[in-house]
Amino acid sequence: MKRQFHGGVHPHYHKETRDLAIRSIPLPGELAVSLSQHIGAPAKAIVSKGDRVLKYQPIAEPSGFVSAGLHAPVSGTVKGVKPMLHPSGRFIPAILIEPDGLDEAEDTSRHADPGLEKGPEAWKEMVRNAGVVGMGGAAFPTHVKLNPPEDKPIDLVVANGVECEPFLTADHRLMLEDPGPIIGGLRLTMEIVGAGRVIVAIEANKLDAAEKIRSMDLPPGCEVVVLPVRYPQGAEKQLIFALTGRQVPSGGLPMDVGVIVQNVGTLAAIHQAVTMGRPLVERVMTLGGTLPKGPGNYLVAVGTPLSHIIETTGGLQGPAARIISGGPMMGLPLSGFESSMTKGTSGLLVFGARDFRELKPRPCVRCGSCVRACPANLLPYTLGNMVEWDHFHDLEEYHIRDCIECGCCTYICPADRNLVQYIRQGKAELLARSRSK
Amino acid sequence: MTKSVLAPSPHLRSPKTIETAMYSVIVALVPAAVVGTYFFGLNAVRVMVVSILGCLVVEGFVLRLRGRGLSTLKDGSAILTGLLLAMNLPSSSPVWMVLIGCIVAILVGKQVYGGLGYNPFNPALVARVFLLISFPVAMTTWPEPGVFSLSLDTVTKATPLGAMKTNLLLHGNLGDIAHMSLLDPFMGRMGGSLGEVSAIALLLGGIFLLARGVITWHIPGSFLATVFAMTGLFWLINPQKYASPFLHLVTGGLLLGAIFMATDYVTSPVTTKGMIVFGVGCGAITVFIRLFGGYPEGVSFAILLMNSVTPIIDRYTRPTVFGYSPAKEVNA
Repeated sequence: MKRQFHGGVHPHYHKETRDLAIRSIPLPGELAVSLSQHIGAPAKAIVSKGDRVLKYQPIAEPSGFVSAGLHAPVSGTVKGVKPMLHPSGRFIPAILIEPDGLDEAEDTSRHADPGLEKGPEAWKEMVRNAGVVGMGGAAFPTHVKLNPPEDKPIDLVVANGVECEPFLTADHRLMLEDPGPIIGGLRLTMEIVGAGRVIVAIEANKLDAAEKIRSMDLPPGCEVVVLPVRYPQGAEKQLIFALTGRQVPSGGLPMDVGVIVQNVGTLAAIHQAVTMGRPLVERVMTLGGTLPKGPGNYLVAVGTPLSHIIETTGGLQGPAARIISGGPMMGLPLSGFESSMTKGTSGLLVFGARDFRELKPRPCVRCGSCVRACPANLLPYTLGNMVEWDHFHDLEEYHIRDCIECGCCTYICPADRNLVQYIRQGKAELLARSRSK
Repeated sequence: MTKSVLAPSPHLRSPKTIETAMYSVIVALVPAAVVGTYFFGLNAVRVMVVSILGCLVVEGFVLRLRGRGLSTLKDGSAILTGLLLAMNLPSSSPVWMVLIGCIVAILVGKQVYGGLGYNPFNPALVARVFLLISFPVAMTTWPEPGVFSLSLDTVTKATPLGAMKTNLLLHGNLGDIAHMSLLDPFMGRMGGSLGEVSAIALLLGGIFLLARGVITWHIPGSFLATVFAMTGLFWLINPQKYASPFLHLVTGGLLLGAIFMATDYVTSPVTTKGMIVFGVGCGAITVFIRLFGGYPEGVSFAILLMNSVTPIIDRYTRPTVFGYSPAKEVNA
């Protein structure tokens, strides 16, 4: 029996790139590998200007537990470490590498465990050394997830192939074209955390991928569950509820209810890290929206300038009015194509002005659409009004911290109120107040 | 290349706006307006036109006074208020009375609170009740429904609920009216406000609104179910004194109120639980007024009274936030 999580919205899913096989793009003249590619402390560069690096060679090391290292995506010369525009809109130091075109790779086999003999502790270390982070969007360092405390036993691993954001099809193509490493990563994750049960979750608009996964040699007890199409099904807490009925407690993590959720791309990266010793230096991303002349799913080296992706795929059909890194519901708005690919860049979407209707924000009419759409069961209109009217003191009583910022309330609001933005503002205000105390 | 917009996520928006909701309700009222015109003739058209234009003019005037431009004039809310007010008036209402209704609805019912979104009471109902109390004779003079005629002269006829109340007071029983065919109020051939007489026209509008997702079933469903259950109970106890629940459902302004007035976004609760509490409250008060009150009909009063407790309902029907309920395992 499957459960529906509360709320959610049903935007047109626009999976126009779903039938386009993954292709590579040529290397750019220069890569900018940002030191901040994940949630947590930025990595520390261990190369400097003039160094020659080989592909897969470590170029930055993690600077704390919740941090991940970086590796050279190509062989070439380090041109320096300097602040570069990051998809977040800030300037963050990045390692600039000029490829030499030789594609000379470091021998990674000495870090590998192809026969899977070394056991979970060694595998965890390999995942950490490979700089694997969650590839679904949030980019949480994977080795941290693989290290639940002993008092939190894990009985279920979920492979997240939901990909509920409209336009994005990278995970879909990965499941369809190369499911082997995903299943391999799933087995490794099960063993590392000692889980006995595993579910591969896929939305109903990707039945071919579900069939493909089902046809594979799956771990014992593995179920492939097809879920109805509904955003934000891919959000961990909503996904776990839909699959098991378990509610991750407020402020808690999936491990609190014995579950670990890993994006399918992340699972493949785990498998490559362990069996080949290969670090995460490239990923599949979707180029989409209405303007790119060459939309599709591309395997792109981390650090590749976004402008290079646009140019080598044929450019744009018109002036870009909206550029998004990630999906249209939660993705970051970009001012241009100056920033570079990170490990968390699941998509690059480009739209023209006519793709958006003019927004006319007005006072709330209390229609309750946002309340019905909120997957966290909050009252977004109330939170929005409180922030708009500077009534910050009631925000916590109305559980503002439980907002997952999925944007359903704003999507659905007929008064064009930017509710999720008010909520972000409210959270920031509370944070600032707690700091000033 | 034009500068790309740095608007925060989500970058997609649902195509539904306040305008689509307002104009959907207006469209949903068209069948009732057509039936009203068929049975009450040009008088009905006159009341609707005067009411809509009156509300637009008052809205525009107040917006101008408040320095808000005329932007919200186009959102459909003033047109809807005008149409709803007309639906709640006898087709014989004189022009001056309709215009007073427009002023009360927009000025007192809506704009003094800050305009759309801030008014605690349904503006059209505020006006209707104001007129009912101020001009009781004009407000309870019900023209006899006939086939469309251009004549502005009317023969009056009591509403079924009014006739029952009179019989009950004079004779202690409901009289023949309790055995009237349900077909007439179903089609629209009964005395009453110009928009409330046809159950089928109102139901058609309601189905349209449900299908478009403009309203949910919670308020009209719980409202109607409560009226049906309570009147049914009294009817079973004493059918001489209390009319059948089916008669209660199709007469008076019940369907108009339950489908179009009680569901007003601004003045009703936002949560599904709150909507049900609201609907049950509306239904119970309607029944009490109809069966025991001085007025034959109580839908308007019931909705207004429940409007006043909407903030309290909202406060006590807050949903349990995700992550605060005990885990309930299901087998996937």
